[in-house]
Amino acid sequence: MIQSNAVEAATELEQEAISTPAILARGLRKRYGDTIAVRDLDLSIARGECFGLLGPNGAGKTTTIEILEGLTDPDAGEVRILGMSWDTDARRIRSRLGIQLQETRLTGKQRVEEVVALFRAFYPSGPTVDELIDLVQLEEKRRTYVRELSGGQKQRLSVACALAGSPDVLFLDEPTTGLDPQSRRSLWDVCESFRAGGGTILLTTHFMDEAERLADRIAIMDHGDILVQGTPAELIDRLGGDHTIEVECTVPLQVGDLAELPSVRRVVASEGRHYLTVDESHRTVPALLSLIDRLGGELTWLGTHRATLDDVFLTLTGRQLRDD
Amino acid sequence: MTDPSALWHLTRNRVLVMLREPEVLFWIFLFPVGLAIGIGVAFSDGTTDVVRVAIEAGSPAERYAESLDADPALDVEAVAVQSASDVLRRGEAALVLGTDVERSEGILLRFDPTRPEARTARLVVESRLQEMAGGTRPVSIRAQEVRVPGQRYIDWLIPGLIGFNLMGTGLWSVGFYTTQARENRELRRLAATPMRRSDFLLSQVLARFAFLLGEIPLLIFFGWLVFGVTVEGSPLALAIVVLVGASCFTGLGLLAASRVRTTEGIGGVINLIMLPMLLASGVFFSAQRFPDEVQPLIQILPLTAVNDALRAVYNDGLGLGSVLAELGVAVAWTVGSIALALRLFRWQ
Repeated sequence: MIQSNAVEAATELEQEAISTPAILARGLRKRYGDTIAVRDLDLSIARGECFGLLGPNGAGKTTTIEILEGLTDPDAGEVRILGMSWDTDARRIRSRLGIQLQETRLTGKQRVEEVVALFRAFYPSGPTVDELIDLVQLEEKRRTYVRELSGGQKQRLSVACALAGSPDVLFLDEPTTGLDPQSRRSLWDVCESFRAGGGTILLTTHFMDEAERLADRIAIMDHGDILVQGTPAELIDRLGGDHTIEVECTVPLQVGDLAELPSVRRVVASEGRHYLTVDESHRTVPALLSLIDRLGGELTWLGTHRATLDDVFLTLTGRQLRDD
Repeated sequence: MTDPSALWHLTRNRVLVMLREPEVLFWIFLFPVGLAIGIGVAFSDGTTDVVRVAIEAGSPAERYAESLDADPALDVEAVAVQSASDVLRRGEAALVLGTDVERSEGILLRFDPTRPEARTARLVVESRLQEMAGGTRPVSIRAQEVRVPGQRYIDWLIPGLIGFNLMGTGLWSVGFYTTQARENRELRRLAATPMRRSDFLLSQVLARFAFLLGEIPLLIFFGWLVFGVTVEGSPLALAIVVLVGASCFTGLGLLAASRVRTTEGIGGVINLIMLPMLLASGVFFSAQRFPDEVQPLIQILPLTAVNDALRAVYNDGLGLGSVLAELGVAVAWTVGSIALALRLFRWQ
């Protein structure tokens, strides 16, 4: 009887644990001098979810993720990781997080296997060193010095270190920036197999395709604020049209004129180019061409594509997501 | 309080990385030996053929003074009876001729057998004395071996260089690595793991100990090989003093590097710490030369304490019991600097 009570109590606790979000943030605020890096940010990420934090450089993604990782103290706000607080349970939280940071350069003359063994030693449990090295496909490089690894290999090593303690939550800050397509894809595979094991991921990126591929939900950040969040499909739906037309010509175009063209839902001007969100581009394009013709201009650029998260960002901010 | 597995891997990786840097090996192992040999050769008077002999005023040997001085191999000077021991101890003379109180007209010949020139001087002086006295009436000469450890400059220098090495390598290896790891954001990455922060600091001290195993015996060996400098005290006592000294400067290295952001910055901080001690703590010349007013300050410097303790064991053959005060000063610096480093340390 006593035993079954204990079992019930345990399942209750477990259920409570499962129902608390993996990551919860309320009213986060952080200021560096005159710059507000994060302003009143709220975030809730469920267990087993992959959440993408999207935005251009300087949007506050890294500050946000570092506050959540317990590496930066917020000026205000509350953070709960797996229901625990950094103030009271820092070590317990750390043993359940896997973290990959931007711009970490490990001491160069360590071998891959030595680095993995070091990080593995910090955690009470987790895969073996061999398993970790296999997981990120660095078997052939295990005796290589860190400084001799390529960018992609370094990033994979960094992910192996993040996975060393069998984390419940994985933080990846711009994991594929600067990587070749093959390395990106192999990192995505690692993320997907981590999720298949029930893990939660918080990912920052400024690649829309990466977010669309990996994330269940996305938040778009700019100037320290979350502008919008939802599933990729929801966000694209908010544009109200399926396609985007990009146009540039030799005469100035008025946003008002463009908005009156058939099937146009929204118009944004950015850096001399106009972006039209439309339902049916085959109805808009001829009308657009004749408008330019009437104005006596010539077309210098015309493109159409299915609406993406880039267009969502452009519509929200009037700026391109990637500034490079 | 500590996680042995994490501590082991931290220490091991640190040692391996250091061993893989040829420059580091040069500065840690070869530079101190080279310095010892260079300074030792420059300042040792072992090359001169003239042996200095002191004759106590009023002793039976006094009458032979002039004749002995005529010998080109000997340089004779008269000394007062009460200062004869000091002259011998300071190495100002290799041999002291005095009165043998047990025999009438007997001459007592005191010298330190560990000094090669003293043995030669004894043979020369004994034969010259007998020659002068004439074969019929031999002079009564009794030789007394006086062991005066650490009387040559090089004897005094070697333990000072060990202290200097403990300071330099401790501050540089820990300070530079820690700052570089901060600059490269490696510290931040480590801080994001459940690693105990004290384990990280402790691993720096342990890695330093591992290097001492090579560093210090090498210096002792070359001191003996090239200059015949020997450890008069017990090796265990010396080892303990060395460990205390190494911990002390590793702790200071961690403290020095606790907040510095750049590797350029740490160089200045380390020099600022090292230079005053290099001058004041008796590495190349005795700390006693400074005026009495500043002595209390000099005596509490960690390098003064470490050097004094090293010399007491190395040169004077004293035990740990005689250097408790010096060890106390060094331990206080160690505990103080590590405790402060733990509080001040910036991981990013």
